[in-house]
Amino acid sequence: MASGPYSEKVMDHFMNPRNVGEIEDASGVGEVGNPACGDMMRLYLKVEGGKVVDAKFRTFGCGAAIASSSMLTEMIKGKTIEEAQAITNRHVADALDGLPAVKIHCSVMAEEAVKAALDDYRKKNPA
Amino acid sequence: MAHIFFDHISTTPLDPRVLAAMMPYFTERYGNPSSHIHDQGQAAVKAVDAARADVAALVRAKPQEIVFTSGATEANNLAIKGAAEGSGKKGKHLVVSEVEHFSVLNALRPLRNRGYEVTTVRADADGKVDPSDVRRAIRPDTILVSVMHANAEIGTIEPIEEVGRIAREREVLFHTDATASAGHIPLDVRAAGADLVTLSAHHFYGPKGTGALVVREGVSLESQIDGGFQEMGYRAGTENVPGIAGMGQAARIASEEMGQWAVHLGRLGNRLRDGIASSVGHLHFTGHPTDRLPGHVSFWVEFAEGESLLLFLNVRGVMAASGSACSSNLKGRDEEDLVASHVLRAIGVPSDICTGSITFSMGKGNTEQEVDHVLSVLPDIVRRLWEMSPTYLDYQKKIPQGG
Repeated sequence: MASGPYSEKVMDHFMNPRNVGEIEDASGVGEVGNPACGDMMRLYLKVEGGKVVDAKFRTFGCGAAIASSSMLTEMIKGKTIEEAQAITNRHVADALDGLPAVKIHCSVMAEEAVKAALDDYRKKNPA
Repeated sequence: MAHIFFDHISTTPLDPRVLAAMMPYFTERYGNPSSHIHDQGQAAVKAVDAARADVAALVRAKPQEIVFTSGATEANNLAIKGAAEGSGKKGKHLVVSEVEHFSVLNALRPLRNRGYEVTTVRADADGKVDPSDVRRAIRPDTILVSVMHANAEIGTIEPIEEVGRIAREREVLFHTDATASAGHIPLDVRAAGADLVTLSAHHFYGPKGTGALVVREGVSLESQIDGGFQEMGYRAGTENVPGIAGMGQAARIASEEMGQWAVHLGRLGNRLRDGIASSVGHLHFTGHPTDRLPGHVSFWVEFAEGESLLLFLNVRGVMAASGSACSSNLKGRDEEDLVASHVLRAIGVPSDICTGSITFSMGKGNTEQEVDHVLSVLPDIVRRLWEMSPTYLDYQKKIPQGG
């Protein structure tokens, strides 16, 4: 059900967010945003054999922030590190059938969260 | 599926009796009051005159003191800019409260550019303006004080009688924006000492597109829309006769019934407030605890964001408002257009947290069952958002276990 300015996909991911939670022994954790800016996302990744095998998130924010977080976790599961690294905010927004112009920053937050989590993974696992 | 409208501060549904009063002026009696020699024009003149008397009676003004406008925004613009330009050589200084509506605050911008100075008076944590602050802010060159009657977002009723008395003593014009209050709580423009009063029809079950500025006799005001000689020369343009007839009818109904509405809304408001207080944690009510609009309950919740709360409530059939940044101006061009409410910032709601602010504003048609529905869905919505929130998780981890 579309609601207000949001697509049906955004509302679906807002109402039924996928992969909410934590990973206790996460390979990498990325935290971006700031409650002061209205949203904050924490992304947990489990990496095995160069692939993202699990992803979970917790997000404080608006409908677009929660939906972007949920969609992102769906998109990166099963991807190689390189593939996950290449995900952009545009990919996330498109997968949600678009976001209002003022909410594009929510998808940017999702992109930054993956990059931060992968940076954390690489720091913990130097090549 | 529930369909519960708890957003009466944004607008109210048109009373069917108001629609009935408007209908003839769209179809059978379509005359222009300026063309008053023939029967059609005369019918329009009579309708506008009758409405003027009814709107005047609502706020104890004289009929000739009512200037119809397109709404509260235009009335506020006319009051601020019109009074500034009409005050002649007395001075170029205005005093306003920081919790005024945008149509007051933003009307000051072009004045500032033309050399006018503005002193902004603070509100306290309950959103109340201290009249002694107004007294201190008035200078010899002050021409106008503007303090609203009641704040839509947090429900606080301002001490306008005292502000009016101070303005009178200092011979300064006093404007009060009564958009949120008129038709809901008693307002006597003379007792309030108000020279200019803004009214909006669609906030008391009248039509959108019609408002009024009460202009006390003897006040010098410069028209802001130039053209013909309608509205005593204060507002050119053919009168919105159906809208004005509707505003008159809405004022007549409110004059008779608002006492009953207030009792009903007071009861609903207490039920909602008590229910929320006992079922939702990390809760902070906003606005004054007792001096507030009836049926108005506003608060913010820690660890949950306002737009998410609104979206979720809407899915559960409850329509409310929020002052949080994330829900503001969704039609803006970019995220710079998302700004937390200046009212919430003024009363000290932490600006380092984009809070879950909610305003529930009930109307005469709401019921106890609707309040109970809201109470049955709200705690679960808050809990679900908390469970998603990293800030709530961190908070829980800080609580000593088993404590």
